Amino acid sequence: MANLKDLKNRISSVKSTRKITKAMQMVAAAKLRRAQEAAEMSRPYTERFNAVMAGLAASAGGEGAPKLLAGTGSDNVHLLVVMTAERGLCGGFNGNIAKKAKAHAADLKAAGKTVKIITVGKKGRDAIKRDLEQDFIAHVDLTEVKRIGYENAQDIARDVLARFDGEEFDVATIFYAKFVNVVTQIPTAQQIIPFEAPEGADADSGTLYDYEPSEEAILADLLPRAVATQIFAALLENGASEQGARMSAMDNATRNAGEMIDKLTIEYNRSRQAVITNELIEIISGAEAL
Amino acid sequence: MADFKFDLVSPERRLAEMDATEVQIPGADGDMTAMADHAPTITTLRPGILAVTHAGGVEEYIVSGGFAEISPTGVSVLAEKAIPRAEITAEQMQKLVDEAHAAHQSAAELGQGVDEADMIRNAMVDVAGLVGA
Repeated sequence: MANLKDLKNRISSVKSTRKITKAMQMVAAAKLRRAQEAAEMSRPYTERFNAVMAGLAASAGGEGAPKLLAGTGSDNVHLLVVMTAERGLCGGFNGNIAKKAKAHAADLKAAGKTVKIITVGKKGRDAIKRDLEQDFIAHVDLTEVKRIGYENAQDIARDVLARFDGEEFDVATIFYAKFVNVVTQIPTAQQIIPFEAPEGADADSGTLYDYEPSEEAILADLLPRAVATQIFAALLENGASEQGARMSAMDNATRNAGEMIDKLTIEYNRSRQAVITNELIEIISGAEAL
Repeated sequence: MADFKFDLVSPERRLAEMDATEVQIPGADGDMTAMADHAPTITTLRPGILAVTHAGGVEEYIVSGGFAEISPTGVSVLAEKAIPRAEITAEQMQKLVDEAHAAHQSAAELGQGVDEADMIRNAMVDVAGLVGA
């Protein structure tokens, strides 16, 4: 039997752990609400944008379409933009995204393609660097950003587009976790260059639009924006997913701590009772010996 | 009166949604006014002032760029940045102008998109003049 003092110390340390995880869970719940609101606010823009883009892409996707839409003609070099959280303690959230990206990279390499990786978020960078150091080319640091704004997405998009113009890669894919609910976040891969309409974007195919200045000019103007818009939407989804994952992870941790406290308390009471019984036996046998 | 909806959204939030009678849009090729039963049109925007006339008066917004989708039943403006004219501060305006200058500078250094950046910068300076006046 462990000694009484040790048990007492363990109980109090697990109790303070439980307090911390409980607090983290509540903070995550509050942040999740905000992150979900942000994601919902951006939805009208993204939906309209994707509908217009899908319509344009369908009608202008023929000969002489811009490279951002039609591709460079080859697909030898792939750029993976892996978006994860800046912090840990959120269950399998970061690990799942990194795993998906790694599997994708392995598939591409098996097919003889070159892979380049940009990471957003510290945790993903650590996970990627461990296995794919040689493919890692850049990292975007959002540690200082409290609230993800469109500017953050624009900065990332600008970097990606500059690399595309510099012919550093042919195909770009972003990795993030789609938020379904607090317990489910699905790691998702989405191709952003060449442009692919995300699922669920229905083109207003029935309407024929006039374009000003011209269809080509608008397409050239919108395609870079489409990259930023998709990155922004992914960042927001990721933000909500991260908080959701953290919330359920911390909920589990709190519950585990509670169970552990119960078990330790029983053990503590038992050992205390054993000590008392022992003392009694000693006294009684001492009295009998007299 | 025909049913005509106006919708102004930025990536971060929906800024306005209302019934309108006419919407004046700072298109890249010049201003245009959309009213009910306008032919379906998609146009890019230059920095400028978006004016919406509705039953209660006129609302004005400063937009920095983006595009507008006009249909017979409404106008959707997807602006990258939009601020109601009444609320804009001198610092915000200055920041927009500075950004346009910076974009122009980097375009000039790269040697691509100079004309476009030039157009945007000039338009932004014009807007600043209008707002300041």
